[in-house]
Amino acid sequence: MITYTSTDHFVLLPGLLLALFGCAVLLLDFLFPKDVKGRGWLVGIALSGVGFASWQSWQQYLYLKAHSMTPLVAFNGALVLDGFALFFNGIVLASAALVMLISYRYLEDEKEHHTEYYALVLFAACGAFFLNGGLDMVTIFVGLELMAVSFYILVGFLRTDKRSNEAAMKYLLLGGFSTGFLIYGFSIFYGLTGSTNLAALATVIPARGANDPLLYLAIVTTLVGLLFKIGAAPFHMWAPDTYEGAPTTVTAFLAVASKTASFALLLRVMLVGLGTAREMWEPLLTGAAVLTLTIGNLAAISQSNVKRLLAYSSIGHAGYVLLGLIAGNQTGLIGVSIYLLTYAFSTIGAFLVLIALRRRGVAVETIEDLASLGKRYPYYALLMLLFLMSLAGLPPTAGFIGKYYIFLSLVESGKYGLAIVGALYVAVSLYYYFRLVRSMFLTESIEAQVLAPSNGVRLVLALTGIATIAMGILPEPFLRMAAISLGR
Amino acid sequence: MEFIIITLVKTGLVAFILLTTLAYLQWVERKVIAHVQARVGPYRVGPHGLLQPLADVVKLMTKEDLIPDHVNKVFYVLAPFLAVFLALLSISVIPFGPAVEIFGIKTNLGLADINIGILLILAVSSLGVYGIALAGWASNNKYSLMGGLRSAAQMVSYELPMALAIAAPLILSNSLNLREIVDTQAGNWYGIPNWNIFTGGQIFGFFLFMIAAFAETNRIPFDLPEAENELVAGFHVEYSSMKFAGFFMAEYANMITVCSVATVLFLGGWHSPIPSQAGSGVFAALVHFAAAGMLFFHAMHAARPFDKITFPVFGVVISGIGAIFLAGAFVWPALGAAINGLFWYGAKTFILLFVFIWIRATLPRFRYDQLMRFAWLFMFPAALLNMLITAFFVALKG
Amino acid sequence: MSGDTFFFYAFSALALLGGLGTVLLRNAVHCALALMTSLLGVAGLYLLQGAEFLFAVQIVLYIGGIMVLFLFVIMLVNLDQASKLQQFGRQTPIALVVALAAVAAIFSMLSKSAVLLPASVSLTPLTGGNTETVANVLFTDYLLPFELVSILLLVAVVGSVMMAGKRTE
Repeated sequence: MITYTSTDHFVLLPGLLLALFGCAVLLLDFLFPKDVKGRGWLVGIALSGVGFASWQSWQQYLYLKAHSMTPLVAFNGALVLDGFALFFNGIVLASAALVMLISYRYLEDEKEHHTEYYALVLFAACGAFFLNGGLDMVTIFVGLELMAVSFYILVGFLRTDKRSNEAAMKYLLLGGFSTGFLIYGFSIFYGLTGSTNLAALATVIPARGANDPLLYLAIVTTLVGLLFKIGAAPFHMWAPDTYEGAPTTVTAFLAVASKTASFALLLRVMLVGLGTAREMWEPLLTGAAVLTLTIGNLAAISQSNVKRLLAYSSIGHAGYVLLGLIAGNQTGLIGVSIYLLTYAFSTIGAFLVLIALRRRGVAVETIEDLASLGKRYPYYALLMLLFLMSLAGLPPTAGFIGKYYIFLSLVESGKYGLAIVGALYVAVSLYYYFRLVRSMFLTESIEAQVLAPSNGVRLVLALTGIATIAMGILPEPFLRMAAISLGR
Repeated sequence: MEFIIITLVKTGLVAFILLTTLAYLQWVERKVIAHVQARVGPYRVGPHGLLQPLADVVKLMTKEDLIPDHVNKVFYVLAPFLAVFLALLSISVIPFGPAVEIFGIKTNLGLADINIGILLILAVSSLGVYGIALAGWASNNKYSLMGGLRSAAQMVSYELPMALAIAAPLILSNSLNLREIVDTQAGNWYGIPNWNIFTGGQIFGFFLFMIAAFAETNRIPFDLPEAENELVAGFHVEYSSMKFAGFFMAEYANMITVCSVATVLFLGGWHSPIPSQAGSGVFAALVHFAAAGMLFFHAMHAARPFDKITFPVFGVVISGIGAIFLAGAFVWPALGAAINGLFWYGAKTFILLFVFIWIRATLPRFRYDQLMRFAWLFMFPAALLNMLITAFFVALKG
Repeated sequence: MSGDTFFFYAFSALALLGGLGTVLLRNAVHCALALMTSLLGVAGLYLLQGAEFLFAVQIVLYIGGIMVLFLFVIMLVNLDQASKLQQFGRQTPIALVVALAAVAAIFSMLSKSAVLLPASVSLTPLTGGNTETVANVLFTDYLLPFELVSILLLVAVVGSVMMAGKRTE
């Protein structure tokens, strides 16, 4: 008998709203004649979908708060509503809204303006919700695929651009390959437990004892899939090409929503499902984290394309977040949450400056394109400086708080070696971020006129800028938000 | 051991009857089309050309089996075998009659009685396209390739409405087992047979199924893969002798299969439309006696001298069969149940086969784009709607 | 060797050889047919497990639907040039070594480990028909992913229509 209780409905509703609004956008686009100019109102509908979903998420928060943050399990344990899911849903919703605001003009300029774009953004966000709240491996897998397939299409959205096609193709092939590994690992977990639920996994591990080869195999293959999704070494090769070829708005969305949701999944699998097998996965993750930091930061040095540079730096950031998970204490988990939050705003901001600077038909891509920006457009240059400082982790910006908590947790848990490695790579990262800054303020170049940015771009620039500063100066409310993710 | 012997006997019987029917279906088709077009059709070999199929078989077997140089040998040879094999395979799950007990042996009339019978038929029929597509590709000929491509697109497209049309009776019967589906259609409702097409309200679904069946079997008006005035002969241009005959057999076997499936799903299988208290047992006997009477009548007014001998001979044989039905109705009920079931099953299937031939004689061929548009813009939504409405009513009743 | 064991190895071999053929054969039509063989082997394995519904669906959807479309596309494009191209890069020997090492590692892990399923899980097929069981599980325990798949498929359709659609300027 099919059952759909009010709890199921309450837990599902934000994701459901996103999917329904996505379908509505597609349908309305289909119902009204194509040649009508100005389909901006459809963007409005898509945005209102995010708005309704946010409102429902807020209701969920109020409910949880009234019930002392007790997790709410729905659909026979397939989906859970807890502070953790809420926090990451929030990041996904915010990034979806910001990306939609900046996409309109960008797509018009690229002559690839289709309303499917907004529907796909909504569907991707919907898929991300099931990564954040999924407790059942089948649900997680389908949610992951929903998000990934939406992104495959979004990355290849510039159909006449060869680089966009190539990026989509690479992302699709490698993504499919890594998902194969993930599902292989999940299938072994199912074999071990006889259940697809992550919670059931936790009860089986102690009975099988440490260093069970089969469990080890399952962990390794699952990690291959998950590390791919978060863009960590040694499964990072897709990231630079995909980030570079994708439409810049999509790059921002990919770097934020996909990465945070995948991190949420990684945390959920490692802490809920495999929490009792920590000694098995911790060395693996440590190796991956150090490798990620090394590859991300060293490869970024030699990049001349800004999007590629930011791609490598985002690989490096994945390494820092992994360090927070490895530290494993409460500080570390708060660090992961706050790091991803600050990273979201700074990354969208940095990509947005690139979007704002694009001239008609020519994208700003190489470091030379940024030359003498400080003279020509001091506001953009200052904002870029702010975002880069935040990405590098300098006070008084948001990034500092994230890095501070990560390092604090490493020191607290006595992992001094990792803390030193991390700090070393912060120094390295300063070098390549400074290359951008030097280009902006210390070099001369020809004059080039940029288009006046749209109001959406202005608004999002202001929002991300303010958020980046505010988190750096007044971290207290944001830390409290991060604490929600731990169920406090 | 007993199971194996019974199964072997049944398989042998079914194979014999099926292959004979295949050969004679060709004769029936030529005769029917000839009469539609005011001709006489095959006439020379045997009385009324009755031995024509035999002559055709001998001709096809003794012809030179030509394999052109430019073909892809392996798949060229494989394709007709694949086509025949798959076409004959699906008949194995069709139930021809009720469970009977003869000479103390209890058995179902039908080869295999499996839980997912209808799914197996769908699966095998969806594989059928490989025979044609591979033949078209392996022949290395542009006409063949076009035919193969057309058949691939056409059969994949029409499989969807077909599966959806099948889904509606499945919902009504709540089973995937063909025997159970027939069992749920037993009895009648105020004199109307309790078949899915009548009391199940599947008249629309039945027509959707039959249209899709025409496309799945590549019959006119959907015979685009072999459209002779565009593609010479389509996918089998390069085939000769028994390989050519293989495709021919496959087409007719597929026709028999889809007609059987339509009978089972929509027309109540082996159940008689006449309630047993109204004398359904005698009906088959009466039909045979009437046929025999007609033969005797024509023998008296024979147009040719030969008919004076052959007509009475056939009349005697057919009245003999009628006598067996009478015996079944009054003397030996166990036999009666079996042969009556077979009679009704055969009659329904034959009528549907006749419709296939009739339409071939009547309708022209579709254009290719019309064919595809019809599949996706009419058949698919209509079949979906039919299924949803059926599901809705079933939910409302239960 | 009992019948079941024999068929298990036969179907597994079919699946594996088909997979190898898909990767190694030169002619794209042969590759597609090898993939079909592989899927057929998997379908056979389903049947051995008593999952007759999955068996039928595997054949109807994968072999009868998707692979036919593959074949359709392959037949339409000209493959003469593609079959003459170098099929693998120069890293083939390294990749081969890595792949074989991975296979060996997985094999040793599987063989060293204790029995796979926990004792609480029954190994015999469920009674009452596989189709009914699948339907029940799908609409109770896995209702959410089942419905979610519909959105996933919608996205896939929208994406393919988008990518294949006419380029309007």
